[in-house]
Amino acid sequence: MLKNDGIISPEELAPVIPPPARLAKGPVAIIECLQDIPCDPCVSACPVKAIKMKEGITDKPALEFDTCTGCGLCIPKCPGLAIFVINMKHTPGMATVSMSHELLPVPEKGQEVTALDRTGKDVGKVKVVRVVNPPGYDRTAVVTIEVPADQVNNIRAIRA
Amino acid sequence: MSRNTEVFVIGGGPAGLSAAHVAAKLGATTLLVDDSARVGGQLIKQTHRFFGSSNRDAGIRGITIADKLQQDVKEVSDRLTVLENTAAVGFYHNKEAGILSQKAYERVTYQTAIVCTGATENSLTFENNDLPGIYGAGGVQTLMNVHGIKPGQKILMIGSGNIGLIVSYQLIQAGVEVVGLVEGMPTIGGYLVHASKIRRLGVPIYTSHTILKALGTEGVEGAILSRVDEKFQPVPNTELEIKCDCICLAVGLTPLIDLFQQAQCRMVHVGELGGLVPLHDSSMRTTNPEIFVAGDASGIEEATTAILAGRIAGARAYEATHGKSAQAEAIVAEAREELRTLRSGSTGERIRWGRERVLKEVGEC
Repeated sequence: MLKNDGIISPEELAPVIPPPARLAKGPVAIIECLQDIPCDPCVSACPVKAIKMKEGITDKPALEFDTCTGCGLCIPKCPGLAIFVINMKHTPGMATVSMSHELLPVPEKGQEVTALDRTGKDVGKVKVVRVVNPPGYDRTAVVTIEVPADQVNNIRAIRA
Repeated sequence: MSRNTEVFVIGGGPAGLSAAHVAAKLGATTLLVDDSARVGGQLIKQTHRFFGSSNRDAGIRGITIADKLQQDVKEVSDRLTVLENTAAVGFYHNKEAGILSQKAYERVTYQTAIVCTGATENSLTFENNDLPGIYGAGGVQTLMNVHGIKPGQKILMIGSGNIGLIVSYQLIQAGVEVVGLVEGMPTIGGYLVHASKIRRLGVPIYTSHTILKALGTEGVEGAILSRVDEKFQPVPNTELEIKCDCICLAVGLTPLIDLFQQAQCRMVHVGELGGLVPLHDSSMRTTNPEIFVAGDASGIEEATTAILAGRIAGARAYEATHGKSAQAEAIVAEAREELRTLRSGSTGERIRWGRERVLKEVGEC
């Protein structure tokens, strides 16, 4: 369980995973922020106001799945590095995961990197399909990797 | 030599810098002293992005917040003097204090003082805890993030509060292997997003565990961990040996309060705030009417709330010499509202209890 070992269980993750119909439409954010902490930069980062905190700053963010465009602008704004964008509509059998990456070296597009699951276990090589690292992101690169579709909510980090 | 100032701020961390900036900006002549080489306090080591409200510095790295605060105080340099490498060494009667730099000892005469001395790191008792290679988390951050020196190659972290979790992450960023993180409680103390961040980079998190001893003779070569029961007693036959060359202790902070005791401020012990703290009202004024407090010295919290409490103390210290001011009142009202929202919710519970206890003692709650 998350609070005992830092690993989000499938049951804990379920509420923040969009329904299959939304996943089928293309990129969408998954906000893995499951604790009432005083933090709200994701709310103002969203250009379409899809992220809401009903009870104020210490509430958990709630994502309106149908409003979210999967643009990923919230990813580098999350101090907890807890926001991912997944795209199930990538190519048949393959999906993409976009994530914050704050380790050196920053991988390059086309590079093969090691994919890690939520426990840091090596789950194989994956290809980097995009790296966004403008000065405005202040050294938090957003890296998109291509992964087998069934691994899309298992892979959560990379080692370049 | 002696100096004369209206507001005397001791400590140039987030609380002290904010207090000095506000007091000087409102119009008080202000002197700030800090015993380190560069003001900014612990912020100068915080390379991670801060939590909090996007209205105030959330999502920005601590090092950037330090730069911003340093810029703020430069803006008001006509009224604010900053002395680095200068320690406040004591209060005397008649609103006088002593400061000591590498060059000279001087006396300071002030109208009000704002004491923002921060905190000291706690240690932990275990066998061989004096071996070379055992550090406090603040020391590790100073080595790594200020001086660019790795404390070791394989490090074991003790403590799962935000400091233990964040310093583990920074160690990984610096290329150090974090071989494990140990926590006596059954659950992780800090923000769970920080825990997930290091877990997915391969750091095992041992909750309900303690360190029994450090191994090695000339320096750290490993550690023996053990599971603990609900009374925090080691469970026999659950020992676990871990190889490491460094052990980092992130087991809490205690407010640094000597100056308040010397200034005869009434103290109160509040566990939720980290131990003995000077009693203070919601204007951050202690029971010695010329002494204010802000930041971790008033109770262990974090940088954003230290900044807000510093703003309150700075505004009230200005009013103490210049009289009531609508501008000062507005700063106080805004900071109080921000503090209220930051401390709301379940993660702010302990701090709220602690703060309420202090206010009850002074009859404000």
